[in-house]
Amino acid sequence: MPATPMSKAEREQGHAHSQASRVFDLSVHSLRELNQALHSLTPGSNETAWEVLNPKGSHSVAVGVDQPVSIDVRGSVGYYCAGMNDGAAITVHGSAGPGVGENMMSGSIVIKGDASQYAGATGRGGLLVIEGNASSRCGISMKGIDIVVHGNIGHMSAFMAQSGNLVVLGDAGDALGDSIYEARLFVRGKVESLGADCIAKEMRPEHIELLQALLDKAGVTDVKASEFKRYGSARTLYNFNIDNADAY
Amino acid sequence: MTYRNPPTTPRKSATFDDYTLSEIRRAAATGIYDIRGAGAKRKLPHFDDLLFLGASISRYPLEGYRERCDTSVVLGSRHARKPIELKIPITIAGMSFGSLSGPAKEALGRGATLSGTSTTTGDGGMTEEERGHSKTLVYQYLPSRYGMNPRDLRRADAIEVVVGQGAKPGGGGMLLGQKISDRVAEMRTLPKGIDQRSASRHPDWTGPDDLEIKILELREITDWEKPIYVKVGGARPYYDTALAVKAGADVVVVDGMQGGTAATQEVFIENVGQPTLACIRPAVQALQDLGMHRKVQLIVSGGIRNGADVAKALALGVDAVSIGTAALVALGDNDPRWEAEYSALGTTAGAYDDWHEGRDPAGITTQDPELMKRVDPIAAGRRLANYLKVMTLEAQTIARACGKNSLHNLEPEDLVALSIEAAAMAGVPLAGTNWIPGKNGF
Repeated sequence: MPATPMSKAEREQGHAHSQASRVFDLSVHSLRELNQALHSLTPGSNETAWEVLNPKGSHSVAVGVDQPVSIDVRGSVGYYCAGMNDGAAITVHGSAGPGVGENMMSGSIVIKGDASQYAGATGRGGLLVIEGNASSRCGISMKGIDIVVHGNIGHMSAFMAQSGNLVVLGDAGDALGDSIYEARLFVRGKVESLGADCIAKEMRPEHIELLQALLDKAGVTDVKASEFKRYGSARTLYNFNIDNADAY
Repeated sequence: MTYRNPPTTPRKSATFDDYTLSEIRRAAATGIYDIRGAGAKRKLPHFDDLLFLGASISRYPLEGYRERCDTSVVLGSRHARKPIELKIPITIAGMSFGSLSGPAKEALGRGATLSGTSTTTGDGGMTEEERGHSKTLVYQYLPSRYGMNPRDLRRADAIEVVVGQGAKPGGGGMLLGQKISDRVAEMRTLPKGIDQRSASRHPDWTGPDDLEIKILELREITDWEKPIYVKVGGARPYYDTALAVKAGADVVVVDGMQGGTAATQEVFIENVGQPTLACIRPAVQALQDLGMHRKVQLIVSGGIRNGADVAKALALGVDAVSIGTAALVALGDNDPRWEAEYSALGTTAGAYDDWHEGRDPAGITTQDPELMKRVDPIAAGRRLANYLKVMTLEAQTIARACGKNSLHNLEPEDLVALSIEAAAMAGVPLAGTNWIPGKNGF
C-alpha cells in the first residue's frame, strides 16, 4: 500500500501536517467551538492548516466546512466526520465511524484506518479515500463522488448509486450495486454477489483511462487499472415493468 | 295470460362494489397495482365528528372583531438560536418541485409569505423560485437527498427530517419518467425520463439513536441556528413523538393518513397508517409525559380543510397544522373550469388524482411547459393567501365564542364528539354524555 494517498495538488494546498497549523484539542475545547471556528473561515484566510487532537470517537467532527483548508484529525472519529465537506482536504489519522464524508460536495477526505457503514453516502463530488476497509453500504446513493477503498467493502455497497465512481482494490460483499443508476463501480478483487440490475461490464479504453486517473488522484501507485473489473447498471429497472417484479 | 313472478331489484354487493369491481378488472388488464396521488379517500373518523360547545353561563365569550384573539406561534424554541415566528398556526406542507410545477411552488411561497407563514420544500431540492418567494422556508431532509447541499441547508429557515408521511408510513416515493424534465433530472442527478425511486429509509441512519446523532450533525453544520423538525407518518404517534423528542427535535410533525402524496400505491394509501384524528392525542400525551408539551411544538397535518379543523386540532393540543391538498385546491387543483379536460382523462373535477402522470389540466402537478402556464403564480398565491385568511378568521371566530384570547388557549374541554369512535380517538366526551370511551375503565 502506498505511504500517502494524497495528490500533489492537495499536498501543495497544505494537506500534509504543517508546522504552522492551528491546533484544536477536543479534550479542552468543545466540538461546537471547533466547527464554529471552521465555519467562521472566510475566503483567503491565512488559517489554511488545522489539526484536531483527541477526537476520541466524537461525532460530526469538521462537518460543513466550506473553505479549501487542510484538516488533520489525529485519532479515530465517530459518525459523520467531514459531513457535507465542500472544498476542504480532511485526513483522519485513525478510523471513521458511520457516514464519513456523507453528502460531500467537493474537496477530499482520507481515512488512514477503516471506515464504518455508509461511507460517502449521497456524496456529490470530491474524493474519499479509505486506506483500510469500508463496511456495508459504502457509497450508498452516491451522486457524483469518487470513492477509492484500498481494502474490502461490505454488503449492499453502492445501493441506488446514481453517479460517480467507486473503486475497490480488494473484494466487495453481497449485493453490490443493487438498484444502481449511472454510477461506475471498479472492483479488483472478487465480488460476493451483484444486486438487482447490476451487471459486469466491459472495460473499454476510456474506462481504463478514467480509472487510472482516479488511482493517480488517490495516490495509488502499486496496482494497474487493467487489474479491475467494471460493474454498472443493466438499466432494466429504469422504467417499471410488471414482468420485472421479481427483481424488486 | 301467464303469470310471471315479480323480479327482485338487481342488487350490487356492498363488498364487491362498483369501484372494487373496476379495480379488479383494471388489475387483470394491466398487471400492475394502481398508483395515484392524494391521501386516503375512504370515510374516516375526522374533525367533522367533533363539535365545540361555545360559551354559556359558566364561561363568557369574547367580542368578535373587537377583542383580540392571538394566532401567532413560535416554532423551534427548544434548541434553535433562530426559532421561526409565524403569524398564523397554519403552514404549507412539503411538496416537491418535480411533483409540482415551478409556478405552483412559487405560488405556494407567495401565498404563505403574504399570510405570514412558512412553506416547505419536498423530495426534489430547493428551487430559486421557492426560496426567493418564501419569507420562511422549511427545507426537507429526505431519504433520497435529491438536491441536498449545505448551501441550501444554511439558507433555509428550518430543517425538516422526514422519516415518513401519512399517505405511506414506511414507503418510499416514485416519480414516473414522464415527469422527469431536464431540470428535474438535473436537480436529482439522474437521467431524464427514467422512473425515480425515492428510498423508504435514510441512507446513513436507522433508529432513534442514530437520528440523535444525525440531528447533531445538521445542527453543527448550521451552527445551531435552525429549528429542526422531525416528520413522521401517523403510524405509532405516541412512540414516534417520544423518540423524536428524545433524538433532539425542536418540532414534531405528525401526518395522518388523509395527508396527500404525489404518487403511491392505492393499496398503501388506503390501508396503512392511522387517521389524523387518531394521531393527535397520543402525540400530545407523549409530549406531556415527557414534560415537553409547548416546549417541543407539535404540527399535525392530513385532511385540514377549514378554520374549524384548525381550531379543533389546536384544542386537542397541537401548536400548528399543515395543509397540502387544500393548498393545491386553493391554487386551482381539480377546478371544475377544466371539466372537459378531466373528462377526457377519464375522470372528473374533484376526483382527479393521477398527479404522477404529469397531465394535470390545472397545470399544478405537471412539468409540461404548456400546462404549467395555466398557473399564474401571483394570482394563485393571492388565492392561497385569501384561503389562509379565511381559515384563520374562522378559527378565531370559534375561539372567541369559546372565550379564548388565543387560538392556543382552546382545550379539549371545549369539545364533544358526535360518534363513539371520535370520542375515543379525540379523548373527549360523546355529545350529551360525560362518557369518554377508554377512560376510567369504560
